[in-house]
Formats: sequence, C-alpha cells, structure tokens
Amino acid sequence: MADKITLGYTHLSGCTGCTVALADNYAGLLTLLDKYVDLKYMPTLADARHVQKVDVSFVEGSVCINDKLAVEELKETREKSTIVVALGGCACYGNITRFSRGGQQNQPAHEAYLPIGDLIKVDVYIPGCAPTPQMIRNVAVMAYLLLKGTKEQKDLATAFLTPLMKLTEKTEACFCELMTQVINQGLCMGCGTCVAACPVNAITMEYGKPNGERDLCIKCGACYSQCPRSWFSFDVVENYEAINEAIMAALQ
Amino acid sequence: MGAELGKYKSCVSARSTDKELLKCAQDGGIVSSLFAFALDEGIIDGAIVAATKEFAAKNPSKVIIDSTNFDMIEPWRPIPAIVNTKAELLAAAGTKYNISPNVALLKEATRSFGLDKVGIVGTPCQMQAVRKAQLYPIGMRDVGASIALAVGIFCMENFPYQSILQLVEDHAAMKLESVKKMEIGKGKFWVYGKRGQVVQLPLKVTHKYEQPGCHVCLDYVANLGDISTGSVGSPDGWSTVFVRSKIGDSVWAKAMAAGVFETQPIEKVKPGLELVSKLANEKITKNKATLEARKTFGVGKALRNPYI
Ligand SMILES: Cc1cc2nc3c(=O)[nH]c(=O)nc-3n(C[C@H](O)[C@H](O)[C@H](O)COP(=O)(O)OP(=O)(O)OC[C@H]3O[C@@H](n4cnc5c(N)ncnc54)[C@H](O)[C@@H]3O)c2cc1C
Ligand code: SF4
Ligand code: SF4
Ligand code: SF4
Repeated sequence: MADKITLGYTHLSGCTGCTVALADNYAGLLTLLDKYVDLKYMPTLADARHVQKVDVSFVEGSVCINDKLAVEELKETREKSTIVVALGGCACYGNITRFSRGGQQNQPAHEAYLPIGDLIKVDVYIPGCAPTPQMIRNVAVMAYLLLKGTKEQKDLATAFLTPLMKLTEKTEACFCELMTQVINQGLCMGCGTCVAACPVNAITMEYGKPNGERDLCIKCGACYSQCPRSWFSFDVVENYEAINEAIMAALQ
Repeated sequence: MGAELGKYKSCVSARSTDKELLKCAQDGGIVSSLFAFALDEGIIDGAIVAATKEFAAKNPSKVIIDSTNFDMIEPWRPIPAIVNTKAELLAAAGTKYNISPNVALLKEATRSFGLDKVGIVGTPCQMQAVRKAQLYPIGMRDVGASIALAVGIFCMENFPYQSILQLVEDHAAMKLESVKKMEIGKGKFWVYGKRGQVVQLPLKVTHKYEQPGCHVCLDYVANLGDISTGSVGSPDGWSTVFVRSKIGDSVWAKAMAAGVFETQPIEKVKPGLELVSKLANEKITKNKATLEARKTFGVGKALRNPYI
C-alpha cells in the first residue's frame, strides 16, 4: 500500500458520464486500483463517500453556488488534497451546466453553476464531454509517476502534465476559443482535428478552416484542447512512442 | 544533418513496382502503394486520404457530407475520404496543393465507418495532430489504439483553395479543370495541363498566397509519421522515404519482402539527403524567425505562441 497514491472523487453537478468514462477503462481500472491507486472515497465506486485527505482528487461536475453542501464539499476537497484535478467539461468550464436557468424539481432554486476553478485553485484539467477513458488513464499514470516515480519519471510526468496545468488559467471555453486563440491569431492550418474532437458535431470545415455551429456548442473545451495549435509540446509529443509504451506497460 | 530530419530508423530512395499505380501517383507512389499493401495484408481496414469532390459525389458513403456545396464544381478541391480498395486509393492519389482536413475523419473512421485499424496520410502538422491525439486523447475516445499506419508527406507550405484557384487561373492562365498535375520543385510552382502545356511560376509569386498558419510550422519531413515521404532528395519519379517508428519499420519490411517497392541507397542518389536537410533547415529557421517576430508584434503585446 505504501507506494500507492491516494485518490478521492468528489461528485458535484455532473451527469456521472465522467464516472462512467473512468470505469470504462475496465481491466485497466482494476490494474490502476491494484498497483497504483488507493481509492479512498467516491460516491459510486467506493464505500466511503465523504471527502478525506488524499494525494489526488478528481472533481466531476460544476459547483452550484446555491447549494451550500456542494460548495462546502468543494472547499473541503481543496483543503484535503495535494492535487485537484477538474475532470470533464463541467468541472473545467461549466459545459452544459452553463445553460442552467434553474427551476428544476426538487431544488428549483438551484440555478447558478460555476466551473470549480471559479471557487478554488485547480491544478490540472481534463476537458471533454465526456472525458475519455484513455485521457483519464494517462493522467492517472502520470500523477502516480509525478508523486512516486524516479527523478526521470517525475520529469516526464511534469512535462506531460504542464499543458494540462496551464489550461487551469481559464474557466471559460467554447468553439470561440478556436476563433479567438487559433484562427484570429493566424495559427490554424486546417488539420481538421477540432471537427473530430467535438462530441456534438458542432464543427465543420469550410474551405480548410473550422466553422462552428455556435448554438450546438455545449462549451466542453475539447476542440480547443485537442487542436495542435492551441498548445503543443515537442518534448512530450516527439516521444509519443516511448510514452505510449510506458503507459501500456504500466497497465499490464 | 540532425534534428531537422527527425528520428528515423532508415532512409532510402524508393519507387513503387506497380506501373499502373505510378501513373496516378505524385512521385514514387509510396503512399498509395503502402496503403494498398496494408489493405491487402489486413494491416489496415481503411485509409483516410484526400479525394476530390467528383469522388465524393460518386461515393457519398466514403465521405462525411457537411455543408459543402457538392453542386458547385471545384476541381482540385480535396475532400477527406475513407477508402478501402486500390481503385479508390488511385482515385485519390496525387498531391492537391490545398488544405485537406484529413484528421476531421479520424474519430468517425472508428465509428460509423467501422474501422478497427485506420490508415491516415497527412502533412507534418496533421501527424502532430495524430500524435497529440494519441497522448492527450481529450476528445478522441478509443481512437489512439486504432491508428495502424500514419504516413506523413513532406510539406514546405500549403494553400487555401482560393489561392490555388487564383494561382492557376489568374497567374498561370489555365482552367483548373484542365490541369493534370501540380508540383512544387526546383524552386518553382509547376502546372501541367491535360493537353501537355506546362506553366511555371516563381515561388516569389506564390508566397503571398500561402496559408498563414504554415508560417509557424517547424516540421518539414513529417517527423511524427510512422513512415514519411516526399519527392525532395530523390531523382524524378522516385521518393525519399524515412522509416521512423516500430510500426513503420514492420510495415516497410513486409512491403519490401513482398516486392512492393524498388529502392536505391539514399547515399547513392542525387541530390540526396543533403538537399532535404538544407530545405528543412531553411523552413525551420524562417518559421522560428516568424515565431520570434510574433513576440514583439504589437506595442508591448505579443501574438500567441502555441509551442510550450
Ligand atoms: C501541401 C503539400 C506540400 C508538399 N510539399 C512538399 C515539399 O515541399 N517537398 C516534398 O518533397 N514533398 C512535398 N509534398 C509531398 C509530395 O507532393 C507528395 O505528396 C509525396 O511525395 C507523396 O507522393 P507519392 O507518389 O508517394 O504519393 P501518392 O501515391 O500520389 O499519394 C499521395 C497521397 O497524399 C494524399 N494527399 C494529397 N493531397 C493532400 C493534402 N493536401 N493533404 C493531405 N493529404 C493529401 C492523397 O490523397 C494520397 O493518398 C507536399 C504535399 C502536399 C500535400
Ligand atoms: S484543430 Fe486547430 S489547427 Fe486544426 S483545423 Fe481546428 S482550429 Fe485549425
Ligand atoms: S465546439 Fe464542440 S468541442 Fe468545441 S467547446 Fe463546443 S461542444 Fe465542445
Ligand atoms: S507547412 Fe506545416 S502547417 Fe502548413 S500544411 Fe505543411 S505541415 Fe501543415
């Protein structure tokens, strides 16, 4: 047990899609739990449900500021975790919960939802709706290496996680990021990655540049983060083969 | 010669042994032959390539129909397509010097197109996109492990469709539909007509039509392809081939054993790797200068740098 990292999972206003994505690692999840991660609390997959002191906590969902309990749980998560990971579009950017106007049974007054980074400091983002099992897996393995690895592994994990740490500087995302940060900045080269990344098919390519159906966009942030011209680290990506192999080997 | 050529296990000058295929190919037919072989061997079960609107109109199930107006005739406009046969590969062979967003099909290839083992061809930036998607699969669920063969093509720059229209129809004074082949080489942009006419434009004419996003690009020879290829370095009709990854090495060895390619040692051909290296360094140096200039573009305000 001693060399495992401890993990917690705080579930706020999210649809459980992030939980399912985590579980969809199937055997990989079992290996993770067996070798690397001691799951301390999680509403769906562990017996303990209340926030505890952990190395890493995943937070699913945005936080409803009209819900005292949720706000308290989020703050407690921050106090008790070394690293807080915002898991999924809602925790990172608000995502679909941005469209809330309240009025739902059985808490009609719950209407105002914020990405968790608007209330606490967040260390790492995993955007996407839902986030992918493979991305969760890769971050979990890297978090383990960061905390328990050799000097070399720590360096790799730091390089890998750095872009995901930088993403935490912003709590807003939508298709507009591709316009303001990529196209308007003269950086788009028409690869089409954003089209593939969008979970709601809101993006099409028009003569080599993305066009967003902005009414379809749910503000998950996947397109921008996946775009090779949002951020790109040569140090990490040029070693894709070795890193992929190391991750797969870790999960054997 | 160093980092500008990327990591590679071997490099040769090569040409397909399939004469019929060579007639449709841009250079040595490396890309189309590799995919044809990989399809036959079950290494891939489909490949994402740059087809045309004519192809898309005839094969609507091979493309994603978006808001593209298929009634408008646009020769040489690439449409990404997923192909499964040699005949389809040939229909999409040859270089289109304008943007083909091939990565747009990467996820859908594994969904409605039902591929388990995807082949993809793309420019160096598209190879970067593919590898980022494998390491950081933020919006690419179950895609990374399905990428069975990524073939990169060398690329100095690319153009928007409207630029090609203007270059061919205004500068070269030819109708796009009468063009048989376009090529950039020996310091010129060449337009070959179907009736045998040849027009060459100096690159100083074409520069201003380039896609601006290309001016921050730091990869010339598709460093992140499993295999990457281009014409530069090899004699006419031959291609320079870098075999880079374990996957690339295994596929290339099998293709060689099956007699798909004839090769010559790269050290023996003219102009050889020296020219590849020179052009790669020129591109990287020029575009690094652009990135530098972006830092002080405004008054105390920088333009964004994507590289961290
Ligand atoms: C924009 C651009 C710039 C290039 N610049 C250089 C250069 O500076 N130096 C150099 O040596 N080579 C360059 N090439 C590569 C070269 O033109 C050939 O594509 C390459 O040598 C492969 O030839 P082949 O005979 O092996 O392939 P073929 O068998 O003819 O197959 C070519 C494949 O590339 C695909 N393709 C065509 N156009 C595009 C596109 N726009 N985007 C993505 N895929 C496409 C086709 O669908 C086909 O599958 C460039 C290619 C492009 C697209
Ligand atoms: S992923 Fe980025 S670079 Fe590629 S087409 Fe979309 S916005 Fe442009
Ligand atoms: S355009 Fe699509 S991928 Fe981008 S933020 Fe909106 S929903 Fe997400
Ligand atoms: S120059 Fe670079 S960015 Fe432009 S198309 Fe070629 S590889 Fe892509």
